[in-house]
Amino acid sequence: MADLNNFTIDGLKCLAREGTSIIDAARQNDQFIPTLCNLEGVPPKGACRVCTVRVNGKLMTACTAKISQGMEIENQTEELNEMRKSIVEMLFVEGNHFCPSCEKSGECELQALAYRFEMTVPRYPYFYPKRNIDASHPRIVKDHNRCILCKRCVRAIKDEKGRSIFAFLDRGFETRIYLDPDLAGQLTEERARKAVEVCPVGAIMPRGEGFKTPIGRRKYDRHPIGSDM
Amino acid sequence: MEKPVIATASLAGCFGCHMSLLDIDERILDLIELVDFNKSPINDIKEFARECDIGLIEGGCCLDENVHVLKDFRNHCRILVSVGECAIMGGLPAMRNGISVRECLEEAYLNGPSVRNYNENKILPNDEELPVLLNRVYPCHEVVKIDYFLPGCPPDADLLWRALTALLNNRKMDLPYEVFKFD
Repeated sequence: MADLNNFTIDGLKCLAREGTSIIDAARQNDQFIPTLCNLEGVPPKGACRVCTVRVNGKLMTACTAKISQGMEIENQTEELNEMRKSIVEMLFVEGNHFCPSCEKSGECELQALAYRFEMTVPRYPYFYPKRNIDASHPRIVKDHNRCILCKRCVRAIKDEKGRSIFAFLDRGFETRIYLDPDLAGQLTEERARKAVEVCPVGAIMPRGEGFKTPIGRRKYDRHPIGSDM
Repeated sequence: MEKPVIATASLAGCFGCHMSLLDIDERILDLIELVDFNKSPINDIKEFARECDIGLIEGGCCLDENVHVLKDFRNHCRILVSVGECAIMGGLPAMRNGISVRECLEEAYLNGPSVRNYNENKILPNDEELPVLLNRVYPCHEVVKIDYFLPGCPPDADLLWRALTALLNNRKMDLPYEVFKFD
């Protein structure tokens, strides 16, 4: 087949359709590339940089770069995992990530990556920013302390006309996720549940529910993220 | 040969990490065969009587007294270990870090629902014997050099046991995924 491309990941021979993103192509070949902002089926953003791989010697984000014939991709190397770990550490110090009191703990992708990279303590100083919790919506609670600005909610939760219900407000360090007041009513039960689901951390949580799964049975309690590949 | 000596302290912590250390079950008998304890709430020794090999610190620094104790530990312990989320990142006490000390004190002693009607003279604790609150809660490694970090709230008993025995035997720590947790 003409549109199938040969490429390698860490020397392993792989095959994927031309134009597939590297991260999807890797998944199809059972290779795990860690990511925080990418979501299958949603246009990529390249926001978190955790999926950075080395393609023919050059660094690029695996979610935005596309497969082409003969690509040589480095993925599970010490250098790349060290860089990924340092990104995770930066995210930990940049917000207020109090895992012991977080309802998402055990199912949080940021925490799961920290476990995978065996982060005992971030190498950077903690910021302890002053951020608020917004519980004004009847279906969800937004905790800006935990938000890593991956834009998953903005990209994945749309109303029937395709408009984003979530948006970014302000800039730089002040940036936070925001519910479009005109569209907040469109956040139906189903969309709210999906918003909670797509949030990699505990920044969007359902109202009136928390710590539902007992410790030991949560998603990342026993097996590291990516170990299913 | 002399046994290695361990000292422990709880700074701005809840003693949960100490409870977790006791949670190693019957291995506690092995532990007291392996080591001696010096300054520690476990044996109630208040002052360092000698130099120690391993110091275990629970909790971050939220008072000037915590800083004093932590520096004392650094001076007397060859290896200093931050045990638990509070020692590592401040933990729940650090939730006050975005709030001013005055606001915290006023909420706790003047405005909170359980004190509002009972503190008629509007007194904030001011005895000079009392330790002073720091402007925020500091992780231990922002105050002194820390050699190892054992995360968890509390760290799993198995994690503590493995880390301690590795340190005592001069082995690399082998911390399995199931017990390496932040909660």
